[in-house]
Amino acid sequence: MTVTDARPAASVASPPVPAPQPTTVRPGADPTDVVVTLAQIAPRLGDVGANLERHLELIDEAAAAGAALVVFPELSLTGYFLKDLVPEVALREQSAELRRLAAASASVDVVAGCVLESDDARFYNAALYFSGGRIHHVHRKVYLPTYGLFDEARYLAQGDRIRSFTAPLGAAQPPRPWQAGVLVCEDMWHPTAVGLLARQGVELFICPSASPGRGVVRGHALGTAGSYDSMTRTYAQLFTSYLLYCNRVGFEDGINFWGGSRVVGPDGRLLDDPAGADECLVTHRIDLATIRRARIANPLLRDERHDINDAETERLRNRRALD
Amino acid sequence: MTSTTPRPSDSATDALSIDSAVVRDLLVAFVRNEVRKVGFERVVVGLSGGVDSALSAAIACQALGPENVLPVLMPYRTSSSASEADARAVSAQLGLTPTVADISPQIDAYFDRFADADRGRRGNKMARERMTILYDMSWAHHALVIGTSNKTELLLGYGTVFGDMASALNPLGDLYKTQVFALARAVGLPAAVIDKPPSADLWEGQSDEQELGFGYPLVDSLLYYMVDERRTRPELRALGFDDDFIEDIGRRVRGSQYKRRPPIIAKLSARTIDRDFRYPRDWGS
Repeated sequence: MTVTDARPAASVASPPVPAPQPTTVRPGADPTDVVVTLAQIAPRLGDVGANLERHLELIDEAAAAGAALVVFPELSLTGYFLKDLVPEVALREQSAELRRLAAASASVDVVAGCVLESDDARFYNAALYFSGGRIHHVHRKVYLPTYGLFDEARYLAQGDRIRSFTAPLGAAQPPRPWQAGVLVCEDMWHPTAVGLLARQGVELFICPSASPGRGVVRGHALGTAGSYDSMTRTYAQLFTSYLLYCNRVGFEDGINFWGGSRVVGPDGRLLDDPAGADECLVTHRIDLATIRRARIANPLLRDERHDINDAETERLRNRRALD
Repeated sequence: MTSTTPRPSDSATDALSIDSAVVRDLLVAFVRNEVRKVGFERVVVGLSGGVDSALSAAIACQALGPENVLPVLMPYRTSSSASEADARAVSAQLGLTPTVADISPQIDAYFDRFADADRGRRGNKMARERMTILYDMSWAHHALVIGTSNKTELLLGYGTVFGDMASALNPLGDLYKTQVFALARAVGLPAAVIDKPPSADLWEGQSDEQELGFGYPLVDSLLYYMVDERRTRPELRALGFDDDFIEDIGRRVRGSQYKRRPPIIAKLSARTIDRDFRYPRDWGS
């Protein structure tokens, strides 16, 4: 079930995105059903106030349409190519802005991105999971790309943990919370990060992204889009989990972000065509029963040999110590 | 200098062959977004009759509508009359009404005082004269200047700094000349504009490829391997490129680096503009 309401990327601040049609939420479906919405937006660079208002509007719309979780892209409150703006747009966990977002999560869980400042003046590229009116989980991006057109590690501090968490998804009232994990953009390019989350029992990968489009060789569409297509399908299938990929759209300093947000099922198939390059809400229904079926058909996680992985890792660690 | 026969392998040709629909959509969105983001609705573009400016204008028309694109024809008395005819044909096809600003009086008035000026000096002056006209139109019509320099010219430094290289935004700067031709064909620009030999038209009979000493397909494939793929010298040789040609092109790219950068600033403070005072251009837009 999908609603993809596309609208021009340019009109960020003006007319609201049409709400997903309530008819997309099937009444009386599987009791483990959860409706998730990806808010594929074009944040205004450096304008936290305007972005926050936009988040609140869309959270309301998605919640009204029955969503239990709304995911925004990477750095959705600030925009991406911030450079020296990083400390100027940074927020602390107790900031008024994040408290307002937290308050909005009373009725629907929310994942949003910001520059999160620590007490010791480090600035993280963070994705925050809000639920029940508070910050429920924080993921600080671990892999900060600093090559090509990227320069994150110049401005930002590296996260140092990759942890799963229980996603309450309160509005859906599932029989049990889902086990979820967040990977921000470049984190996904490191399969060890994905594997670590899978080992912690993740069944829902939440992947906010700010991926710039590049590579226009004939026959390959947009190069980056192709790479993410492979990755998102492969991870979802190998770890028999849902994967929510929410990329942003719009331009910053001439660099485009290609969108393509999608939900991938635990069999590695997209629930619908990926979104285009305009702002839109992508809404899908996901359920634990599908994960169960996928894991019966492909018991890859059951058969995983963490003991071998641990032993070999230990051996490599010891060898390195001897070098 | 002339190099040996072009031997770009099939993979080079493939690598330079773009997905025209994807590129067109991206460039149209780029122009629309970058122009409107800074509070503008209109653009001004100097139409020379060549393929680059025609393509820039066509993209701008798709992005903003022809009513928001102001083409300016700026011939000099020695400019080829075919150029003006081609520029008019492009305007007609795109539904544009060109403004004509003949630069002969102001160029001639200036060089009356410097009668011995060589044609390089005259060519640069003309390019900068055109730039001042475009920026005057920019003010007069509240329209941003759209650039028309392609990646080949920019990398080779085959352009006049603060002249034709000046613009507010440039949709073509990441397309090699052969890719510009491909996209121009895909968007259906007049054949006359695409099929004629490229020329800066700064003096009669000028031709890019004659002046540069090599053809665009050859240099584009070398630049692609050098710049985009960062191939080493031995790898380039193995691909069939002549050593002198590799050296010449490398020298041109290095020697023109200054043209692609803002003027250097003597560093004194802890935060020097563009060195350690780094903000996005979109800052505050």
